[in-house]
Amino acid sequence: MNRVIVIGAGGAGLVAALSAHENGAKVTVITKEYPTRSQTSMAQGGINAVLSDEGSDSVETHIQNTLKSANGLSDEKAVTFMCKEAPNAIKWLDSIGVPFSRNSESKIAQRKLGGAYAPRACYAQDYTGLKILHTLYDRCLEAGIEILNERYLLEFITNKDNNSKNFVCGVSVLNKRSGEVEVYEANSVIAATGGYSRVYHDYSTNSLSTTGDGVASANRAGAKLSDMEFIQFHPTALKNSSILISESARGAGGYLLNSKGERFVNELLPRDEVARAIYDEMAKGHDIFLDIRHLGAEFIENELPQEAKLAKLYENIDPSVELIPIKPAAHYTMGGIEVDEYSSTSISGLFAVGECANHRVHGANRLGGNSLLELVVFGKQAGKSAAIYADSFDKRADLSGQKKSFEDKITKIKEFSSEINFYEKQRELGELFYKNLGIKREKTAMRTLLNEVKEMKAALPKMGVSDKTKEYNTNLIEFLEFKNILELSELILISAISRQESRGAHFRVDFPLLDNKKFQAHTIIDRDGAVSYED
Amino acid sequence: MKINIKRENIVCYETNLENRTLLEVLNEIKTTQDASLAYSSGCRSGVCGSCGVRVNGKEVLACSYHVQEGDFAEPLNNASVIRDLVVDMDRAYSFNAKAKAWQSSIVDDVLLSHEDEKLGEVQSSCILCGSCYSACPVYAINGDFLGPFSLTRVWRYVSDKREQNKKEKIDNIQTNGIWDCTLCNACTLVCPQGISSKADIEKLRARSALFGYMDPNFASFGFGGGFDGSPVF
Repeated sequence: MNRVIVIGAGGAGLVAALSAHENGAKVTVITKEYPTRSQTSMAQGGINAVLSDEGSDSVETHIQNTLKSANGLSDEKAVTFMCKEAPNAIKWLDSIGVPFSRNSESKIAQRKLGGAYAPRACYAQDYTGLKILHTLYDRCLEAGIEILNERYLLEFITNKDNNSKNFVCGVSVLNKRSGEVEVYEANSVIAATGGYSRVYHDYSTNSLSTTGDGVASANRAGAKLSDMEFIQFHPTALKNSSILISESARGAGGYLLNSKGERFVNELLPRDEVARAIYDEMAKGHDIFLDIRHLGAEFIENELPQEAKLAKLYENIDPSVELIPIKPAAHYTMGGIEVDEYSSTSISGLFAVGECANHRVHGANRLGGNSLLELVVFGKQAGKSAAIYADSFDKRADLSGQKKSFEDKITKIKEFSSEINFYEKQRELGELFYKNLGIKREKTAMRTLLNEVKEMKAALPKMGVSDKTKEYNTNLIEFLEFKNILELSELILISAISRQESRGAHFRVDFPLLDNKKFQAHTIIDRDGAVSYED
Repeated sequence: MKINIKRENIVCYETNLENRTLLEVLNEIKTTQDASLAYSSGCRSGVCGSCGVRVNGKEVLACSYHVQEGDFAEPLNNASVIRDLVVDMDRAYSFNAKAKAWQSSIVDDVLLSHEDEKLGEVQSSCILCGSCYSACPVYAINGDFLGPFSLTRVWRYVSDKREQNKKEKIDNIQTNGIWDCTLCNACTLVCPQGISSKADIEKLRARSALFGYMDPNFASFGFGGGFDGSPVF
C-alpha cells in the first residue's frame, strides 16, 4: 500500500492530490464539505508570476517585493524557489484549462496588486480562485482520485517509531452524514485545511468554515506551529457583515473617508498600514467609508460588479451614489504548521500545504497574489514528497482501538451540560480578539484576553451541544470547530505576547519599533505553549 | 419577521431581523433559538455554492436572497434530503465525471486570444450550487440525465481551443445527455451566475450535428408521421 490521504479539498489539497497521484500514490482526498466550496473559491485578485523577461518586471523583482512585504521574516531560499517556479505554475494551470484572462496580444493578462512593482498577477476575470479551483477539481475527476465528502477531521493519528520519533499513520474523521467515527490508515497524510481567521468570527472576511481544524489537530499530534501571531487584516470589509470588498476598488481610485468626509491615508499603501490608519480613525470615534461614487455607475457596473452587488445586498446601498461603510477584518493567517523545504512537518509522514502551513514565504505580511501561487508551487511539492515517503513507508501501526476511543470522546461531548450557549461565547471571543489582538496590540490587554480564553476553555463542559442527534449534527461540528478555535486562540496570544516588537501585521503599541536584534526570527510554539525563536 | 422552514414538518420561526439575507436569518435561528436546524453555507458572498435552497418554490442562494415576511424555505429538488435544508450532492456531482467534464489531455502552448477567452467565460463561472439541477424537470422521468451544470461544463471544454478531442466529448453526451433536455429553460431562470445551460445544450446539439449526430427524437418519428398519424415535416 502506498496510500496518501489529503485532508482538505481547496486549491492546495487538490494540487497536492494530483501531484501525489502523478507520483504513483493511491490518493484519497477527505473534505469537510465538497471540493469547490473551499476558501480558494473566494480569491479574486490573481496569482503572481513573472511571465516574460521583457518589460519592467523580473523574477528578481518578484522575489524582492515578496521579501520586502514579509518584513525580514521570510526564508529567502523558499521565496526564491516559489518565485522561480511561478511561471511554471501558470504554464501548468494554463495547460489543464484554467480560463485566464487574455490581453490583445493573446497573452495571459496581468494586473498590478498592492506591493508589486509591476503588473504581475494573472487573473481569470473576477473569479481567479474559483476558476482555478474548479479546473483542479475537474482534473481530479479525470484522474479518478477518490474524494470523500462531508467528513470532519478529528485527529491525525500518530505512533512512535523505533527511534521514538512521531510518525503519522492515519486520520480519524467524523462522517457528518452518518455521525459515525471513521478511521483511515495512510502511509502519509497531507494537511491542506486552510487558515484560522475565523478566530475573529464576525470580524473575518473568510468562509464560515475557515476554523483552523488542521492546524489545531496538527498541534495536538505534536507538530510545531510557527508565526501564529501574524494575521493580515484587509482594510475594506463591509461594516456589518465583514464581506470583502476587493482591493481593486482602491486600485481603481476609490477613496477612504471618515465621518467628516475627509481622506486620511494614502489608499494605496500596504494593507497593514492602511488598516492601521483606519483603526486610528475608528478609535477617534469615526465611521469609515469607501467612496467609489466618482468612478461612475458605468465603470462600477463593468469593473466592480461583485462589489456593487455585495454592497447592495449586505449594506443596502448603491455604491454609485452612496458611501460604502467599511471596517478592516481578519483576512489571512501567515502562520501555521511549520514545514521544511519538502513541505514536511515535524511529524514524519505528515505534510502541510496552503494557508494551514507555514512555508516561510509570507513572513509578517503577505503580498497580494502570492497565496494562490504558494498553493500551486508547494502543493506540487507536498504531493510529491508525500508520495515518495508513502512508497518507502516501512512502519507498523495498530489502529484497531482508535475508532472506539474517538467515539467515546464524541459521546462525552454530547454529555456536556450545554447551560452556556457556545455560539455566544464564539461571538464574544471574536469581538475580544478584534479589540485586543487585532490591528494594534498591547501586553495588558492580551494578558487579560489570555485569561478569558483559558476561562472559556475551562467552561467547555458547560457548553457542548443541545442537539444530540447522530446524523448531520452541525451543532456538534460547530462545537468541535469552536474547540479548535479556542486552542489556537491561546497559541496566537502566547506568540503575540512573546513578540515584543512591531513587524508587518503585528503591531505592538507598547513596542512600536522593529527589533531585528531579538526578533528577526520565526516564532515557534509547541503543544505545551512553549515559545522559541528560530532563524 | 416570520419564516417557514421545511424540516420533518414545516416549522415557523420568528426573528427581529429586517432586511437581511436568508443565511443571516438561518444563522440567527441556529445560534440563538434552535441549534438543531441543519443547512449548509460557506463564503456568504455567492461564490462557494454551498447554500443553494428553494424559497417559495424557486432556487436561490441563501446568502444572496433577502428574506420576505412569510417566506417558505425548503431543500433543493432532485437530491435526497439528509436533514432539514441539507441535501446529498454526491449523485448530482457524479454527473460531472459521467459527462467527462474536463479537458481530455494536458496541452502546452496553445495561443488563446481575448475573444477565445470570452467563449467560455460565463460557463466557467459556474459555482456548482446545484440550482439548475434542482430546477430541471427532466429528472422526474430520467434520473440518469447528465443535467444542466455538467453539460454546461462540457460546453466550456468543447468550446476551448485547448480541448484536443472534441469528438470524444461529443460522443459521450449523446445518451442521457443533450437530447434528453426539453429546452424548457428552467435552469437558466434560477442560475445565480447568469449561465444558460439550455443555450449551452443547444450549442452542443449544433456541434453534434457537425459530427454527424441527429436528434434521436426527431429521427424516431421518421416519415411515418407524428403521434396523431399526420405527416411531419
